[in-house]
Amino acid sequence: MERKTVNVTIDGRSLDVEEGSTILQAARQFGIYIPTLCYMEHLSPYGGCRICLVEIGNNGGGKTFIDTSCTHQVREGMVVQTQSRKIIRARRMLAELLVASAPNVKLAQDIAARMGLTKVRFPMEDNRCILCGLCIRMCYEQMDGRALGFAGRGMGRRVSMPFEVRPETCRLCRGCDYVCPGVIVPCQGVKEPGELCGRCVRFEEMPKCCPTGTFGCFCDQNPL
Amino acid sequence: MRRIKSRSDLERWKEEILSKQKEYEVVVSVCGGTGCHAYGCKKVRDQFAKGIRKNGNGRRIRLKFTGCRGFCERGPIVTVQPMGIFYQKVREKDVPLILSETIEKGKVLEHLLYQDLVTNQKATSEKEIPFYQAQHRLVLGNNGLIEPTEIEDYVGIGGYGALAKAFFEMRPDQIIDEIKASGLRGRGGAGFPTGKKWEDCRNAPGDVKYVICNCDEGDPGAYMDRSLLEGNPHAVLEGMIIGAFAIGANRGFIYVRHEYPLACKNAEAAITQARRAGLLGKNVLGSGFDFDVEISKGGGAFVCGESTALIASIEGRVGEPRSKQIHTVTQGLWGKPTNLNNVETWANIPLIIDRGSEWFSSIGTEKSKGTKIFSLVGKVKNTGLVEVPMGITLKKIIFDIGGGPQNGKKIKAVQTGGPSGGCIPASLFDLPVDFDSLTGVGSMMGSGGMIVMDEGTCMVDVAKYFVHFLEEESCGKCLPCREGLKRMGEILDSITEGKGNEESLSLLEELAEVVADTSLCGLGKTAPNPVLSALRYFRSEFEDHIHQKRCPAAVCTPLMQYSISETDCIGCGACKKVCPTEAIEGERKQGHRILSELCSKCGSCKDVCKVNAVMVQ
Repeated sequence: MERKTVNVTIDGRSLDVEEGSTILQAARQFGIYIPTLCYMEHLSPYGGCRICLVEIGNNGGGKTFIDTSCTHQVREGMVVQTQSRKIIRARRMLAELLVASAPNVKLAQDIAARMGLTKVRFPMEDNRCILCGLCIRMCYEQMDGRALGFAGRGMGRRVSMPFEVRPETCRLCRGCDYVCPGVIVPCQGVKEPGELCGRCVRFEEMPKCCPTGTFGCFCDQNPL
Repeated sequence: MRRIKSRSDLERWKEEILSKQKEYEVVVSVCGGTGCHAYGCKKVRDQFAKGIRKNGNGRRIRLKFTGCRGFCERGPIVTVQPMGIFYQKVREKDVPLILSETIEKGKVLEHLLYQDLVTNQKATSEKEIPFYQAQHRLVLGNNGLIEPTEIEDYVGIGGYGALAKAFFEMRPDQIIDEIKASGLRGRGGAGFPTGKKWEDCRNAPGDVKYVICNCDEGDPGAYMDRSLLEGNPHAVLEGMIIGAFAIGANRGFIYVRHEYPLACKNAEAAITQARRAGLLGKNVLGSGFDFDVEISKGGGAFVCGESTALIASIEGRVGEPRSKQIHTVTQGLWGKPTNLNNVETWANIPLIIDRGSEWFSSIGTEKSKGTKIFSLVGKVKNTGLVEVPMGITLKKIIFDIGGGPQNGKKIKAVQTGGPSGGCIPASLFDLPVDFDSLTGVGSMMGSGGMIVMDEGTCMVDVAKYFVHFLEEESCGKCLPCREGLKRMGEILDSITEGKGNEESLSLLEELAEVVADTSLCGLGKTAPNPVLSALRYFRSEFEDHIHQKRCPAAVCTPLMQYSISETDCIGCGACKKVCPTEAIEGERKQGHRILSELCSKCGSCKDVCKVNAVMVQ
């Protein structure tokens, strides 16, 4: 059976991609980098972290809008910009919000570094969970465990087991642990815990700052 | 109750009801809206019932317990027909007097009439009251005529006639064309053309379709939908049946929050009656069309007013929005095409079908047709629900209907659209009220909240209040809304505490724009509106807080300084006595002094001072 394709333009390149795929999948297929956080292949897209934002427009021009590339499917004649000024500004702000709430999560530091953040204007907190929901989707969709879910609303949102008790469906498979970005501790470097790091990408500071000399703290791809 | 099996059955029923109603000489209507319930209207009603029974007038006098009449500030409201007398603030003790004087002798009781606050003129009937004069009560008007729990009242005023017309004179596509021609736009806030939505839903592939009525109203100070659903549930039902027929849906839901017990109760009663009368269920009105409605009660989460979150909630999942690339009209409830409209939108449908799209589109402006109900609250003399034609100016609503400012203070701004809307300054009060002009000035129609603010309101404080409200109501799914609103709240807190600096405003503005651009659902996308509009029109107030460390409206306590004027103080010692922190010192008959380090800024001294010697800065 022949697969149907649609023609989309991503960052000025005209691409034929499979119908029904998301913008993120299409971009990755052609080597266009879009940063992600709560996305993982083989898990359903969640659209919660908003890091993978892109600007979407139409062939004929007109108004553009912003949506997450992990949830938005490609459509014929779609024009996508992954690096527009608006997107970069929004991503930087999101990275700042993220790293300010969870500076001791490696992924948060990595994204902040990737966005070239040098300063955080908000008071730092120390949350270990960034509420990406990967563990929940892993448990539900891949492990058929259904042992985890979100509880609470807004500020009080947290990952929890039903009534805070481990249910029988949990087989201690540790799938949640495996996907959790919060369990990867950031390189300690010369950074005080709870402060913005990212010195490994600021070249003037790099040689002295990295204790291992491998700059391993900055992961080039999505670490997941 | 009889079962209505055809159009002629309905007409016969209506005639019977009308002839039955003619037997009553007098109709006493007691307003039974939630607002009047708070004033004790139930006791007034019971007293009337007792009095009428005692005198054996049950056959002659009909007692109606109606829905909200809008003028909630003056409740409980009692009207006596056919004289058309309008009594306000009726207490239990007034009831025997009304029965003996007004009903028996036809005398008007002066002390219960509405008195105009400016001209001091008394108004005998509803028409003479300025609050009602400028209104155009198409949807809300019936609230005062019918008892919401009596289907016969509704049928008596021509109810379900539009349904019969839609069933037997029109095809589904004609109905949709009629709604499209009327120019009706969704009353929930965004103003999406209703006819277009119906058409999309009708054309969406699938056999099973649903219609939903959204009564998850949660804006602070807004209660239009509640009053409509509790005051006239049959109009909403009739609209839903017509919509379902046009779209091809066989099942409907009314999503209403659990905090609206009366609305739940009345809607439940209406559904039961409609089912018994054959207006819901199999073969509605003998047309061969099956349709049934059920009530789905929400837990009261603000975010569940968002369509995808609402649908998730009906499905029994956590009320969280999802990405809306695929609209709910093609994939909604349980993945089936679903048409969701607001209570007010549904209540407009029977009117349009009954009187035609031409009549409807003659009301309003070019792009916004018909009327809109607003809940006018805040610092105006007359508060309550007002229904006005689109395109009326804000000035007219605030000064003619609302009666202008209280206590002679100057009105500074009006906040429309609740937490998703913005503040409109007094300089723009000539603005016509319609979807597009409100959006143009950085606010929005929203569901119809209208909060009037005077000089005594601090705009920074208002922005802070709405941000904290939304911060609590955010579901927490997406990062910009969860973290961004929290940070915006922190910045606004620091400004009102006098800890803001140069950077605060630019950071606040940048953050607000990003939150608006990147949030997942409508809640987050519109959440920064109160902040952005306040910054747009009242930037100087923010700057005063930051640079001068001063709150111009004297609202933000941390920035206030209490002192006693040496020249005015007579040394009576009243302030010293009430001060809870013993921060006032001074001998009797001599000038007193406030020790600022001990002062808790409670304002008690200012309240008790007879010579106004306590000053706030």
